[in-house]
Amino acid sequence: MVPILEVKGLSMDFGGLRALDQLDLDVKEGEIVALIGPNGAGKTTFFNCITGIHPPTEGDMLISPPGKKQERVNGLKPNHVTERGLARTFQNIRLFPNMTVLENVMIGRHCRMSSGILSAIFRSRSTVREENEVVRDSYVILEKIGLAGFVNEFAMNLPYGAQRRLEIARAMATEPFLLLLDEPAAGMNLQETKELDDLIIWIRDNEKISILLIEHDMRLVMSLSDRIFVVDYGKKIAQGTPEEIKNNPAVIKAYLGEEIDA
Amino acid sequence: MFLTFPIMVIRVNTVENVIEWRWQNLLIVGVGTFFLSFAWRYFIKQQEAGKKKVEAGEIDKIALSRRIFAEPKFYLPALIAISVFALVFPFIFSMYQANIMITGLIYVMLGLGLNIVVGLAGLLDLGYVAFYAVGAYSYALLNHHFGIGFWAALPIGAGIGTLFGVLLGFPVLRLRGDYLAIVTLGFGEIIRLILENWNEFSFGPSGIANIPRPSFFSIQLSLQDATIYMYYLMILLVLFTIFVVNRLQNSRIGRAWIALREDEVACEAMGVDRRKTKLTAFALGATWAGMAGVIFAAKTTFINPASFTIWESIIILCIVVLGGMGSIIGVIVGALILILLPEYLRAFSEYRMLIFGAMLVLMMVFRPGGIISDVRRTYKFEGGQNNNGKNQ
Repeated sequence: MVPILEVKGLSMDFGGLRALDQLDLDVKEGEIVALIGPNGAGKTTFFNCITGIHPPTEGDMLISPPGKKQERVNGLKPNHVTERGLARTFQNIRLFPNMTVLENVMIGRHCRMSSGILSAIFRSRSTVREENEVVRDSYVILEKIGLAGFVNEFAMNLPYGAQRRLEIARAMATEPFLLLLDEPAAGMNLQETKELDDLIIWIRDNEKISILLIEHDMRLVMSLSDRIFVVDYGKKIAQGTPEEIKNNPAVIKAYLGEEIDA
Repeated sequence: MFLTFPIMVIRVNTVENVIEWRWQNLLIVGVGTFFLSFAWRYFIKQQEAGKKKVEAGEIDKIALSRRIFAEPKFYLPALIAISVFALVFPFIFSMYQANIMITGLIYVMLGLGLNIVVGLAGLLDLGYVAFYAVGAYSYALLNHHFGIGFWAALPIGAGIGTLFGVLLGFPVLRLRGDYLAIVTLGFGEIIRLILENWNEFSFGPSGIANIPRPSFFSIQLSLQDATIYMYYLMILLVLFTIFVVNRLQNSRIGRAWIALREDEVACEAMGVDRRKTKLTAFALGATWAGMAGVIFAAKTTFINPASFTIWESIIILCIVVLGGMGSIIGVIVGALILILLPEYLRAFSEYRMLIFGAMLVLMMVFRPGGIISDVRRTYKFEGGQNNNGKNQ
């Protein structure tokens, strides 16, 4: 089976700094894959490359949405990447603070809509229908994520955990086949992390969306992931199942430092 | 107190060549500042107390203005009263008043146009007057050379405005914030300087005169009738603008503009085409400025580059910021206050700009969101759990 996301030899230079070095990674359909590594290892840069925010220096990024042909996404603009079915969340929450929760999700549906300026002014029948559909679809997504009680609140007034979930809801509204989550559990307490755990599993099983996540919370990573990739200084140092990673000496070294014989 | 010392206390009597010391003025300034600062502190404290109450959830957060708009009981009579007043206005007041009102309405249009660019899409545009000038000159020149009438010029002016909007939009696509402001500022000045210096094309600083007023089914109207006609025309155009902006605001494209204002990176990552969205905002804003320009040319029957200085851009920007970014009613109120106030303050002609400035400062301190801030549309769902009663 062709992996839905396949990254080969991805490198990214910022001036003289090599943030990513010949990174390989793949995600298969229905998998939850985690990308871990110490701070500054290049995980978020990797996400930014895939989603088109930074064009990578070299390497190939190939996607093959279920039921469609494989396609190279190098150099595509972020909105085009999203249109092709990759959606992401951000490490530091980037909602639209002065829009309501529902509108935030409706923006996610933007690329699946078509009405233009003129049809908006004259409010043709198809626009009205589309508008109603979007409101309904967005509400359904919010209901699933458990934010239906907040629909008309401003996004900035939500509690922290709900803001994180809203970001996921907004990403899901773009109808992705692969969801990229950048530290979804950052700043969450145990209870919230547990809920997030359930939510991610639920998304994979019920919405048929594969997931690639960056996370520092090892308990979450170990319990969720099917496979784990470990990066350090932009290089991949290990990959495998949670069990393999736990006992991998290179990983332990990267996280805890080398043992010095006394 | 000491800063005003040289102005308030010392006066040189040039007739007798002696210096007058007016110590009593020092006292007045001192006492005045003393009490004003008390009042200032009192209001600041009030404002902070209000904020705390909101945070503590003691009072309902919805502002009075918002409640008024939410209740048809309140806003329907108000709406009827305003429309009746607007309809009979030119008949009960003098032509002078009607003329001022026309100017006010032109600025309402300009404000609503700029509101698309600044208030909704968050693109700080300091050269908005350029499009206004483009509209005015396109009518004036087309009329001068080809004898094109007002009604034909209106869409043409709007179209040329749009064209210039796209033209400016392209190079500034990558810019945001301060950089965008500087480029647009430069653009505004370029247009003005071209109009001022390219004599063969635009007749330079002497401007273009004898631009015809709008005709009423090819009947030439007397000056008074023309003014009244113009007034109603403006009312209709403003209504049209409100209609369009309102529709756009709650459409797919309007939401994309607001998202762009809120967070450009996230907006793009959610599948919104940044280029297209920015260009449409610029183009639509410019369309309205172009239209307002044509009307301005028709109203004054004479235009020259001096009408399109950077000061105009600033005023229009003030209208949007003061009225409330993104809020249609706010912009209308803001435009009427900012344009009508200086006119009616002519009685205090020496102090009117001072009062004007003081008002702006006070507004920004006490109501940073503008007179009437933006109200986002709320949606109701049957059977949902969202019965929090607040926004419905």
